[in-house]
Amino acid sequence: MASPTTTTSVQQLEHLLLRMWQIRWFELRAMELFEEKLIRGSVHPYIGMEAIAVGACAALREDDYITSTHRGHGHCVAKGLELKLMMAEIIGREDGYCRGRGGSMHITAMDRGMLGADAIVAGSSAIAVGAGHGLRLQGRDSVVVCFFGDGASNQGILHEACNLAAVLAAPVVYVCENNEWAISTPVTASTSVSNIADRAAGYGFPGVIVDGNDVLAMRDVAAEAVARARAGEGPTLIEAKSYRITPHSAATKTDLRPPEELDAWRARDPILRFSRYLTGEAGVEPARLEEIEEQARRDVEEAVEFAKASPRPEPEAALEDVYAPADWLTPGRLA
Amino acid sequence: MSGVGSTEPHKSAGAGSAGAGVGAVRELTMSEALNEALHEEMERDPTVFVVGEDIAAMGGLFQVTSGLLDRFGPQRVIDAPISEAAQAGAGVGAALVGCRPVVELQIADFVSLVMDQVVNHAGKWRYMSGGRVTVPFVLRGAVSSGIGMAAQHSQTLEAWFVHAPGLVVIMPSTPYDAKGLLKSAIRDDNPVVFLEKRLLYSRRGPVPDTDYVVPIGVAEIKQEGSHVTFVSYAQGVHLGLQAARQLAREGIEVEVVDLRTLKPLDIQTVVASVSKTGHLVVATEAARAGSMASELVARVCDVAFDALRAAPVRVTAKDTPMPYAAPLERAVLPQVEDVVDAVNQVLGRVPVGR
Ligand SMILES: Cc1ncc(C[n+]2csc(CCOP(=O)(O)OP(=O)(O)O)c2C)c(N)n1
Ligand SMILES: [Mg+2]
Repeated sequence: MASPTTTTSVQQLEHLLLRMWQIRWFELRAMELFEEKLIRGSVHPYIGMEAIAVGACAALREDDYITSTHRGHGHCVAKGLELKLMMAEIIGREDGYCRGRGGSMHITAMDRGMLGADAIVAGSSAIAVGAGHGLRLQGRDSVVVCFFGDGASNQGILHEACNLAAVLAAPVVYVCENNEWAISTPVTASTSVSNIADRAAGYGFPGVIVDGNDVLAMRDVAAEAVARARAGEGPTLIEAKSYRITPHSAATKTDLRPPEELDAWRARDPILRFSRYLTGEAGVEPARLEEIEEQARRDVEEAVEFAKASPRPEPEAALEDVYAPADWLTPGRLA
Repeated sequence: MSGVGSTEPHKSAGAGSAGAGVGAVRELTMSEALNEALHEEMERDPTVFVVGEDIAAMGGLFQVTSGLLDRFGPQRVIDAPISEAAQAGAGVGAALVGCRPVVELQIADFVSLVMDQVVNHAGKWRYMSGGRVTVPFVLRGAVSSGIGMAAQHSQTLEAWFVHAPGLVVIMPSTPYDAKGLLKSAIRDDNPVVFLEKRLLYSRRGPVPDTDYVVPIGVAEIKQEGSHVTFVSYAQGVHLGLQAARQLAREGIEVEVVDLRTLKPLDIQTVVASVSKTGHLVVATEAARAGSMASELVARVCDVAFDALRAAPVRVTAKDTPMPYAAPLERAVLPQVEDVVDAVNQVLGRVPVGR
């Protein structure tokens, strides 16, 4: 466990743990709700990767932004979105962040700096550049963090976006979540370099490799990249090495990954590692850790209750919000 | 509109007569008119910015962004790398945080490179968010058929965007409409695909020296007539007007309806005209299958079948890639005589005077 390079109060450390447990319990419950058929389609759990989002978002201000992926719940929790509104969205209810229109893969919450989860792999890599540039144009010094996977690293738009971000010196931080697999494809088979961070050199900005299961290390490299972006010095690519402990999605029943590999990564569980650090070096009472986990579990349970009690959207509402209000938007007008 | 005066690169060609007490009416080309729209909107709203290839110092291949760099600087007039998808994606991102980006595609065929950002992102972000965000984003592109640019620079692809929910699609035919509609597009809170026919860039027309807009979703009858309703947009309108002049000599009156906006579609204006004439010819320079022409016929049949006295006729390009050689391109693109033939067909007349 990296020791914190920034001065961190015990409360701040405990908060990081709380966020990680919230993600863990949120995902465990979501997988159950999928089996119970309350969640449609699919749900991609972030289990095993909690330290990446929590560490990265710990380096952000409230007025900073993120873009997210199909595996986006962790990013949302880490950025401070409400669990209740997230869960209501995921089970398709009117009180959800997107009133049930988006679902698990499209949670958007502008008031929390969440530009939107994007189910097109690497799809938001250029959106992050434009958002960063647009914020700067409006005199704001906010930064945009773009999360994407190892599989996404081979998409063309990411190449375009990284280059554009570099030439504009856009306030963007790219966080590649290298969990070694893209569904059934190992990163070694899909990717021309052993470290995705190396590709940053091709864009002329720093590429940093970090242990993505170490929340404090993650926070520290993110803090440096965010400061650089905020200062107008341009993007950074952070490659967070990690692993997803659960299957690709709740709907994906085949998992080609070797069981030994899974076991090895379970032993490096980011929550267990951080807990050991907290009770060791940081001197937090073990009972306090249990309280934190318990609180996360309660928060998630309340979210589930809230979501289940929320009304389902009315079918007629399917036609709303295709367009923003406009003079021409009179009933019966659209082709 | 103040501030458009001294640095404005384009001055009137001098042919303009005075407008109705509200500023002068100049004769401008369509590219000059579009350029004025960008100058005015960027002056009016500091969140408007333009992105594209060779648009800054060079002013764009067709001078539509001329003079913007000097006036608004490189943060708002961005010469982008040849990365169309990233330009469009950046536009979406900037729109999400409150800007009004205008992205220029040098040639409209390159929409194939931005489809994911436009269709899967710009057009859906609002809906997927439950109406919680807006994406005021304009994508402009030059439709370059008719001048021997061959298959990869000559497509007319508006139907792709009409088919995708959440987008507004505009194709102007005159400098006046181009300026007024681009201003509306920039001010609209929805993503707009704005396609400009390259052959029309140099065509002149009256443009008043005032801050007017042309409303989105409102067709215009460019010429009245009682026998046949001809519906089209962009270059198709000019085909229709020429055909109408020829047919007038034979006593046939063609009503030329310019849609101007393809989505939302002003079906009322079309239906009102068809109700009057009972005959419908629709035209597009796009390939036939799945075209806007097909959609128009279907829409009219949906709501005004009883008004039709004959089967509607579509005038379109052929379902081929665009060939290079002049006789081949001419054979593929709809011509004035095709419109004349279509009008004769819908009226059950034997074609005369070809
Ligand atoms: C453009 C695109 N191609 C394919 C898919 C289907 N798909 C969804 S997730 C995924 C794997 C993504 O792998 P990675 O980027 O490593 O993210 P991870 O799932 O490992 O978090 C694929 C192929 C998609 N959603 N979008
Ligand atoms: Mg992966």
